[in-house]
Amino acid sequence: MAKLTIDGIEVEVPNGSALIQACEAAGREIPRFCYHDRLSIAGNCRMCLVEVEKAPKPVASCAYPVADGMVVKTDSPMVRQARRGVMEFLLINHPLDCPICDQGGECDLQDQAFSYGRDHSRYLENKRAVKDKYLGPLVKTVMTRCIQCTRCIRFSAEIAGVPELGATARGEDMEVTTYVERALTSELSGNLIDICPVGALTSKPYAFVSRPWELKKTDSVDVLDALGTAIRIDARGAEVLRILPRVNDDINEEWLGDKSRFSLDGLKRRRLDRPWVRRDGKLRPASWTEAFTAIAERLRPGGRALPGERIGAIAGDLCDAESMVALRDLMTALGSANLDCRQDGARLDASRRDFYLFNSSIAGIDEADALLIVGANPRHEAPVLNARIRKRWMQGACAVGMIGPEAALTYPVHWLGDTPVALSGLQERVTREPAESATVDFATALRQAKRPMILVGQGALARPDGAAVLAACWRLAGAVGALTADWHGFNVLHTAAARVGALDLGFLPGPQGRDMEGMLGGGVDVLWLLGADEFDTSRIGPDTFVIYQGHHGDRGAARADVILPGAAYTEKNGTYVNTEGRVQRGFVAVLPPGEAREDWRILRAVSEVIGHRLPYDDLDGVRRRLVEVNPVFERGRRYARLACTDPGGPAGDPAAVAADAFRPAVPVYYLGNPISRASPTMQECVRVLTRGEAPALEAAE
Amino acid sequence: MLQDRDRIFTNLYGQHDWALDGARRRGDWDGTGAILARGREALVDEMKASGLRGRGGAGFPTGMKWSFMPKQSDGRPHYLVINADESEPGTCKDRDIMRHDPHKLIEGALVASFAMGAHASYIYIRGEFYNEARNLQAAIDQAYAAGLIGRNACGSGFDFDLYLHRGAGAYICGEETALLESLEGKKGQPRLKPPFPAAVGLYGCPTTVNNVESIAVAPTIMRRGASWFSALGRPKNTGTKLFCISGHVNKPCNVEEELGIPLRELIETYAGGVRGGWDNLLAIIPGGSSVPLLPKEICDTVLMDFDSLRDVKSGLGTAAVIVMDKSTDVIKAIWRLAKFYKHESCGQCTPCREGTGWMMRVLARMVEGRAELEEIDILEQVTRQVEGHTICALGDAAAWPIQGLIRHCRPAIEQRIAEYKRSAKPSRGPAMPLAAE
Repeated sequence: MAKLTIDGIEVEVPNGSALIQACEAAGREIPRFCYHDRLSIAGNCRMCLVEVEKAPKPVASCAYPVADGMVVKTDSPMVRQARRGVMEFLLINHPLDCPICDQGGECDLQDQAFSYGRDHSRYLENKRAVKDKYLGPLVKTVMTRCIQCTRCIRFSAEIAGVPELGATARGEDMEVTTYVERALTSELSGNLIDICPVGALTSKPYAFVSRPWELKKTDSVDVLDALGTAIRIDARGAEVLRILPRVNDDINEEWLGDKSRFSLDGLKRRRLDRPWVRRDGKLRPASWTEAFTAIAERLRPGGRALPGERIGAIAGDLCDAESMVALRDLMTALGSANLDCRQDGARLDASRRDFYLFNSSIAGIDEADALLIVGANPRHEAPVLNARIRKRWMQGACAVGMIGPEAALTYPVHWLGDTPVALSGLQERVTREPAESATVDFATALRQAKRPMILVGQGALARPDGAAVLAACWRLAGAVGALTADWHGFNVLHTAAARVGALDLGFLPGPQGRDMEGMLGGGVDVLWLLGADEFDTSRIGPDTFVIYQGHHGDRGAARADVILPGAAYTEKNGTYVNTEGRVQRGFVAVLPPGEAREDWRILRAVSEVIGHRLPYDDLDGVRRRLVEVNPVFERGRRYARLACTDPGGPAGDPAAVAADAFRPAVPVYYLGNPISRASPTMQECVRVLTRGEAPALEAAE
Repeated sequence: MLQDRDRIFTNLYGQHDWALDGARRRGDWDGTGAILARGREALVDEMKASGLRGRGGAGFPTGMKWSFMPKQSDGRPHYLVINADESEPGTCKDRDIMRHDPHKLIEGALVASFAMGAHASYIYIRGEFYNEARNLQAAIDQAYAAGLIGRNACGSGFDFDLYLHRGAGAYICGEETALLESLEGKKGQPRLKPPFPAAVGLYGCPTTVNNVESIAVAPTIMRRGASWFSALGRPKNTGTKLFCISGHVNKPCNVEEELGIPLRELIETYAGGVRGGWDNLLAIIPGGSSVPLLPKEICDTVLMDFDSLRDVKSGLGTAAVIVMDKSTDVIKAIWRLAKFYKHESCGQCTPCREGTGWMMRVLARMVEGRAELEEIDILEQVTRQVEGHTICALGDAAAWPIQGLIRHCRPAIEQRIAEYKRSAKPSRGPAMPLAAE
């Protein structure tokens, strides 16, 4: 630890810290543009200059290491003079277009100009103009506003792992560019907008939409992948205008995937805003009462209650735990054990929680020293998690192996094959005595690792031999020492935000209950789809009466006989459990459109009509019920990662794996849920980034 | 005046054979093995005792720089990098060393590398120096063939490899850390210091970057002794130095002289005097384009060494003496330098990136006189805002010539502005252009 005196305040900071961190520890705010906690240090904006005793010149505090006994002044006349000078330089070529700049109101340059700017410009020459660059359908550029802080260059090279941005030319002609004009191929490109301290990189879909002070900000949780990324929903009136990440070092640090950030225009399109009932083969608008009556009639045909085994329910990928527990209770009341949440047919074993969780925890990736990815493409299934793996890889001494379809993950991997057979081969090499050869292959690295991680994706489980693959992965984890009391290296990466919550609630076939396969093809007479859109609805038997409860007119609604309009994740107070088993809550940002209602309330209302009243009347009641079903939902319970206390593995014969190749669980990153499918922005991303077509022409401004 | 017997660069003018045989006849590679046998510590101490100050411009004591290298390797290799990216306007000393006396440099590289425990050394040569690179590479090949460098260099048991790397023509790559970046294959932009290259340099290893001339004089210092070298020149400014005299003199030339020689004597003895006589002198830039100019009154008496020139608020720099007689438009001359720095700024840090263009544009108007009197002070303030606020010294180098101009030639600028105002027709509108917003 180094002891420093900053403006007369004594602070102690770890050796090797930057001076700017020491200044922050002393409660001094240092203006900065290029410095960012999570990026390498550039030291080029020169805004963070401070005075260090005995130094002849002001020093850039972001780039200066602390030393014991340093005496620092952060607000001396010399410092203020230096910062005013730098600010003047930054502004001479910066356009005075704040009134039409989307960064206005949340612009670092604007804010700092209040403190260090002059009231007029002494620069009498023409200002520089820079041609705007095309960075894809998500990031809008106004490069004349760029102050060359290089945060975007460092972000794309270091965090996103796509070194596609760089600077050409030098001096005042230096421009940030992609060298050749094309869209950034990163799933994290939206974060460029957040890290740009000025209005050079702004959100294309959000351009000219709103000012930050007009927005109501609601903290929430993202549901478009299974990480449970912390987000802030910015809304004006009834409209969600923007979704931004919040800092949560345990999950997303401060990043957010593009799908989660930009799908929000899908929240306004194809919405179910009133109940519908199918009459004479055609869906017709109906009232809530009519919809409920239609359901009640179907459940009691001819006045006799339908037997429970003829009723089934499937929960979708975006559901909150409250609605799932309500549906489960309703099904139980109707005598049905036909429940399933695994739309993709993943052979998950829910008999123990650590069989289906990301047990090492997301932050645990930072500790791993070898990682095997089985049947997953984390770049598409959880881009923020992928950035975390990349961060770990960048620190060195972490071998990454991969079994599954070859994919560019932004870090080099030892590709071991794309079939489960490779898994068996690896198991063999890991358990065999160390070979004589000096070459360190991945098997050796995995065996020698202190904290090995096995990451199993849904692509490995959503197949007929999924249970065998799961068991094989568990066996391998045991063989490499990943299953110990202080390190649980067996990890399942989910793709659906609702999945872990559903498994925790036991939204699975009960005794003699049918699973998803059994319910389709006429296995049940009444099928309740709770936001379930991710399967082929043509597999539902033609005579099955389908009730679709959800927020988007997607596949499920198209097949439905009764549609009950629900709320999207931005419109309800919901509990979600992320892939590592962390229970989090999202909050209402806007109200559901039209007659749509919160999902658990709909189920509560239906239960009354069909004569099986659910025993809770308010949200607290539902949540008490959640805790009753599984204590993990208890309020105030702190997340702790699981230890492996029992090495006994999941059901399934590790030897029974098939020889066919793993297939990606998320074939197209920008789609995969009804909200993204309804989003024009995501459709454009698919066109430009997935299919490589030419971008749609932009309207002349 | 320097005696011929004390000259180090005896083939500065290329009259003799530059290759190995010629170099040997001039005394190079004589007893190099014995020099190395004295051991690392002894060589560094000898260099310290000689008082040699770095010849690249900053004048940092070379022996002290060598002593910053770790005494024991921590497993990382050490490197010596020789800065031959001589791009300072007015400077052409390293060029003559490399084309006419390359073996001095190669022998120096071996001696210096041995003193710092570096088994590999890189010479980063300016890309435009094509013929020089060819000669130097030929000389390196000769030295390898003769067993002077390579495995068991000069029979000393010390393995030493020397590589020549050609730059691609950027002034900033003469800045030591930008040079290292460029050598590593990256964009030539200065690094943040600390850490200094002696701790984290080329490829993250301890590295010393020295100028060609500093390295080329090392073997002679080792052979003739630190006391011989330090007896030349003035205290704290010891030894001989190559001066590059250009501009309005009758015989522009490179010459080796003792440090501390009076500027007037230097010019009149070697360069045939100022064009039209000493009284026709307007100003002299004494140390390459980066240092402030000196008006004639100072040039009359000033001595050419680091401390004397610092005392008159200029600097020895690379000792490139640029002479301007009274026919010179001194404002335009400094504008031209400002244009150079604007063109060569790497663009990394704000004050230099934005300031160099600003200064150049204001000066461009002042050349015409199309400015207001108060803009002279604004320009002065802008140079102060650049100076000392940047990552590397290019910002300082861009600011100093302008500060020198304003300090010594302010009346000329004021007169130019007044003349413009007199001649300006009323229809021309305001002298100051309006800021485009």
